[in-house]
Amino acid sequence: MGVGPATANRKRLVVVGHGPAGHRLVEALRHRDADGSWEVTILGEEPRAAYDRVALTSYLTDGAELGYPAHDGAVTARPGDPVVSIDRAGRTVTTAAGHAVRYDTLVLATGSVPFVPPVPGHDLPGVFVYRTIDDLDALRAYCADRTHRARRERRTAAGAVVGGGLLGLEAARALQGLGLDTHVVEVAPRLMPRQLDEGGGAMLRRHIEGLGLHVHGGAPLAGLSPRAGSAAGEVGSVRLAGDAVIDVDVVVFSAGIRPRDQLAKDCGLPVGERGGIVVDETCRTADPAIFAVGECALVHGQIYGLVGPCFSMAEVVADRLLAAAGGTVSSAAFGGADTSTKLKLMGVDVASFGDPFAGDRPGAGALDVIYTDPVAGVYKKLVVSDDARTLLGGVLVGDAETYPTLRACVGAALPSPPDRLLFTGGEAAAGELPGDTTICSCNNVDAAAIRCAIRDGRLADVASIRAATNAGAGCGSCVPLLKRLLDAELTAAGTPVSKALCEHFDFSRAELFDIVAVRGITTFTRLIGEHGRGRGCDICRPAVASILASLASMEGRGEHILEGEQAALQDTNDHFLANLQKNGTYSVVPRVPGGEITPAKLIAIGEVAREFGLYTKITGAQRIDMFGARVEQLPAIWKRLVDAGFESGHAYGKALRTVKSCVGSTWCRYGVQDSVAMAIRLELRYRGLRSPHKLKSAVSGCARECAEARGKDFGVIATERGWNLYLCGNGGMRPRHADLFAIDLDDETLIRYIDRFLMFYIRTADRLQRTASWLENLDGGMDYLRQVIIEDRLGICADLDAAMDRHVAAYADEWRAAIEDPAKLGRFVSFVNAPDTPDPSIAFAPERDQIKPVLVAGPDLEVVSR
Amino acid sequence: MTADVSRAPVAAPVWVDVCAYDDLIPERGAAALVHGRQVAVFRTHEGDLYALSHRDPFSGAYVLARGILGTRGGVPTVASPMYKQVFDLRTGRCLDDPTRVVPAFRIRRTPAGRVEVAVNGDGDGDAGAVEVAGP
Ligand code: SRM
Ligand SMILES: Cc1cc2nc3c(=O)[nH]c(=O)nc-3n(C[C@H](O)[C@H](O)[C@H](O)COP(=O)(O)OP(=O)(O)OC[C@H]3O[C@@H](n4cnc5c(N)ncnc54)[C@H](O)[C@@H]3O)c2cc1C
Ligand code: SF4
Ligand code: FES
Repeated sequence: MGVGPATANRKRLVVVGHGPAGHRLVEALRHRDADGSWEVTILGEEPRAAYDRVALTSYLTDGAELGYPAHDGAVTARPGDPVVSIDRAGRTVTTAAGHAVRYDTLVLATGSVPFVPPVPGHDLPGVFVYRTIDDLDALRAYCADRTHRARRERRTAAGAVVGGGLLGLEAARALQGLGLDTHVVEVAPRLMPRQLDEGGGAMLRRHIEGLGLHVHGGAPLAGLSPRAGSAAGEVGSVRLAGDAVIDVDVVVFSAGIRPRDQLAKDCGLPVGERGGIVVDETCRTADPAIFAVGECALVHGQIYGLVGPCFSMAEVVADRLLAAAGGTVSSAAFGGADTSTKLKLMGVDVASFGDPFAGDRPGAGALDVIYTDPVAGVYKKLVVSDDARTLLGGVLVGDAETYPTLRACVGAALPSPPDRLLFTGGEAAAGELPGDTTICSCNNVDAAAIRCAIRDGRLADVASIRAATNAGAGCGSCVPLLKRLLDAELTAAGTPVSKALCEHFDFSRAELFDIVAVRGITTFTRLIGEHGRGRGCDICRPAVASILASLASMEGRGEHILEGEQAALQDTNDHFLANLQKNGTYSVVPRVPGGEITPAKLIAIGEVAREFGLYTKITGAQRIDMFGARVEQLPAIWKRLVDAGFESGHAYGKALRTVKSCVGSTWCRYGVQDSVAMAIRLELRYRGLRSPHKLKSAVSGCARECAEARGKDFGVIATERGWNLYLCGNGGMRPRHADLFAIDLDDETLIRYIDRFLMFYIRTADRLQRTASWLENLDGGMDYLRQVIIEDRLGICADLDAAMDRHVAAYADEWRAAIEDPAKLGRFVSFVNAPDTPDPSIAFAPERDQIKPVLVAGPDLEVVSR
Repeated sequence: MTADVSRAPVAAPVWVDVCAYDDLIPERGAAALVHGRQVAVFRTHEGDLYALSHRDPFSGAYVLARGILGTRGGVPTVASPMYKQVFDLRTGRCLDDPTRVVPAFRIRRTPAGRVEVAVNGDGDGDAGAVEVAGP
C-alpha cells in the first residue's frame, strides 16, 4: 500500500472519524503532499466512507447519492470499526475489532451525537435521532410501517420532533414528507432560538404552520409514554409540562448536539465542562502529537456545529502537518468562523448572519433596523454599529434573497444605507464589495480571490469559479453571489456580449432566420449539422423550432409543430399544447376572439371544467383559463372543447395571444367604430403565427381606450375617420406605451400595415425579444419602421404581404389536428408503462369552492443550504 | 488488513421492463413508474439511454422527463421544464448549481428491443431503483 519515495522516513497519520472534517483533512493533505511524506490511515465507525452530512435530508427525500469522492490509493480507509482506546505513551489506537494502529500524529475528528434529554421514555422503540444515513434508513422503515398501519386504522400517523432549531425543522419537514402529521416541540418560546430574535421567530412560526406543521413553543418536555396496548411498548405520546399530550407514532430528537470526546477523556486529554476536546488555535490538544478538528473540538471555548468551520479546522491541521513534514513551521491558525446560517425549506426563507443579538446587549453600541410586512410574511432585521456604518448582523425571514450579500458584508462598511439594503438587498453592491469580504464561508474564499480567478482564468461561468477556487463547493448558499461577482467582472472587462445564440450556434436568431429562409432548411438536424455544433440545448432548440414554424406558415406549409423531429425541439408548453403549472399539471385556455363569447360556449367551458374538476379563472386578457389538468387528461378535455366549437388559444406559444376589445360602437354611447368586430378579425387573422416572443393586441372603440390598446404590441384605437395604429407597447415587467404609427386608417390599410409590421418583426427580432425592445434596438426607430412599412424602403412589402396571406390561408387548429392524430396523442400519457395512472404526487385541496394544488408524495423538502 | 473505502453493500439489481425502445421519441424523455418510483427515461439523438429521477429538485414537481434534451460542452443534458436548470443526464448533477443532484439510475436496452431500469433486488416492496454512483 502507499506510494512515496522514502517509505522509511514517512510519518504515520491516523485520523479517527470519517465524517466531513476527517475527510477534508485527508483530502487537503493528499492534495498538497506531492512527496507522500505522510502515510494516512482513516478509521471510521460508520459502515461507509465519509459523505455529505449537510445534504442528509435529500438522501431521504430524493434518494440523493451523498458520498464524497474516494481518497486516492495512498490512503487506507477502514469503515465500520470504531476506535475504542488511545495509548498515548505507545502512540497506538485500538479499534473495536481489536486492530492496533500506530501513529506519529493522531487527529480526532469524531464529530458529535444528537443530544437526547434523559426524560422518561426517551429510549422507547419508535424514538429516533437524525444524524447518519443509518438513522435515516431506520426512520424511513419505521415510518413506512407506521403510516401503513395507521391507514388500516383509518387515521393519519403522527410524528413529533423535539427541537425547533435548524435541524429540527428540517427533520420535521422530512417527517411530514414521509406522510406523518407532524408536531414540533420547542422548549424556548420561539423557533430557532439560537439564530432568531422574537420578531423573526414569530414570523417563522407563521410560515412553518402554513406548511401544515403544528408548533408547540415554550413547552418543556415532561416525557414520552408507550402506546396503550402495544406489546412492544412503542412510543405513543409526547407529554409536555402542564399536562398537554400529543399522540404520536414516531419521535425524533433534534435538541442540540454533544461533542464525542470520550476517547480523549479516557486517555487523559482535557475536555470542556460542557464537552468538547480542548484545543488551541492550531487545533492541537494538550498532547502535541494529537489534534482535534470538527464538531468534537472545543476551540476558543466554543463548539462549531456547522460544516464551514469544521472544514477550516481541517485545513489548518493539513497545513501544519505538511509544514512539519517539510521541516518548516506553518502559521495557519483557526481564527473563529462565520456562524451565519440559512434554512431553506421549500417556500420558507430564513437566514441569520453575523451577530443578530448585538442590539439587545446594553453598551454594545449597536442599532437595530427592522422591517416587517405581516401580509407578505416578511421580517428583516439588520444590526448596525451606532454610526450606522458597519453591518454587525441580522435576521431575514420570508425573503432571504439578500442573504449572501449581507452575510459577506458583516463587519465591513455597509455598501449602501441600511434602508436600501433592507429593500433592495444591495444587489447592485456586489461589484463594490471590498476584496477581503468572505464570499464563501464554507471554504473561506474572499472576493479578491474570486475576482483574480475570474480574470486570470478568463472564467465565464460559476462552475469554473468553483473548480478554480472551491467557492460554492460547500452549502452552495454563496452561488448567487458568485454569479453576481462574475457578471460584474465580465461587464467591467467589457467582454463583448456575444450575439451567438448559445454554444451551439455562432449566430443571432435573426441571422439564423435568414440562413434557414435563404437555404430552404426545414429541419433542425440539417441546420445544426451545416451551421452549428453538438445537438443543441434548451435555448437554441425552441428558438429554431419557432423559426421553422414561422417560416412554415409564411411559406404556406402550415406544418404542425409536433410533426416529426420538430416535436423534440419544443418547450414543454408547446410540446403539450398547454401551460405547465407549478405542480406539473397544465392549464387550458381556449381562444375567445376579442373576448366575445356566446352563452352556449360559456356553458360548455363550465361543463368541461366541472366534469374534469378544473379550477377556472378569468384571465387578464379576456378569456377563461382552466387549471389543474393532468397531462393524460388533455386530449379528452380538448376533444370536448373542439366539439363545442373552440380552438387552441396558444396561451402556451410564442405566438399571438389575444386581441382584447372594448364593447365599442355597437353598445357604448361613446363608441365611434365597431371595436369588437375589428378585434375578432385581427385575432382570427394572426392566430397561430409563431414569433420570437408572444404577441398581444387590443382594439378600443374610442379615445377613452377601455381595451388598453396602448399597452400592446399592436394597439388600435378608433377615430371618427377610421383607426389609429400604435406599435411596440407592452405591459409586464417593463411597461411601455405603444407609439403612434399612423392615423385615421381604413380597415384594409390598417390590416396591411399590421401584416407587414408582424412579418418584419418575425424576420429580424432576437430570441425572446418583444416588439418594444426590438424597436429600442432598431436603428432609426419608429421613423425607420414607417419607411419600411409605408414607403417600402427595403422593397420587401410585397413579400411580407404574400407571406401573411399564405399564413392566413394555411392556418389550422393545432389541437384539432392533435386529437385527430393517434401518433400525436401518444405523447399525452402520465407514464410510458402506465399510461392512465395519474401522477401520484398531484393532489388538490379545496379553496373558495374550487381546487388548489398541493404537492404531496414526501419529497417536497429541499436540501438545506447555509 | 487493508480494507478499502466501501459503500453500503447493494443487493443484486433486478432489471424492470419499462417500455419498448421504439416507444421513446428520440431526444425526448418519458416518465415511467418503477416499483412506485417516478423515473424519467431519456433517449438521445445518438440512441443512448439515460434514467434520472422524474422529480425536479428545484420545484418539487415530477416533470424532468418533459425537459428539452441537448448537450453542454459535450455533456448530454436535460433542462428542467419548470425553471430551466440543466442537469447532466449521466450523473444527475445540476450544471447550473452543482450542489443539487437528482438520483441517476441504471438503464439498458435488451437485444429484444426493450428498455429496462435497474431496481434493488432485496424484495422490499418499496425498493428504490438502483442509483448510479456520482461522478
Ligand atoms: C393566465 C394569465 C394570468 C391571469 O390569470 O390573468 C397569465 C399567466 C402567465 N403569464 Fe402573463 N398572464 C396573463 C396575462 C398577462 C398580461 C395581461 C394581458 O395580456 O392583457 C400581461 C401584461 C401584458 C403584456 O404581456 O405586455 C402579462 C405579462 C406577462 C409577462 C411579462 C411580459 C413582458 O414582456 O414583460 C410574462 C413573462 C414572459 O412572457 O416572459 C408572463 C408570463 C405568464 C406565464 C406564462 C408565466 C409562466 O411561465 O408560467 C403565466 C402562465 C400562463 C398559464 O396559463 O399558465 N405574463 N400576462 C393571463 C393569461 C392571459 C391570456 O388569456 O392569455
Ligand atoms: C441533518 C443535518 C443537516 C445539517 N445541515 C447543515 C447545514 O446545512 N450547514 C452546515 O454547515 N452544517 C450542517 N449540518 C452539520 C454538519 O453536518 C456537521 O457540522 C459536520 O458533519 C461535522 O463534521 P465532523 O466531521 O466534525 O463530524 P461528523 O459529521 O459527526 O463525523 C464524525 C464521524 O466520526 C465517527 N466517529 C465518532 N467516533 C468515532 C470513533 N471512536 N472511531 C471511529 N469513528 C468515530 C462518526 O461515526 C462520524 O462518522 C447538518 C447536520 C445534520 C445531521
Ligand atoms: S403576474 Fe406573475 S403570477 Fe400572475 S399570472 Fe402573471 S406571471 Fe403568473
Ligand atoms: S458559503 Fe460557499 S459553499 Fe457554503
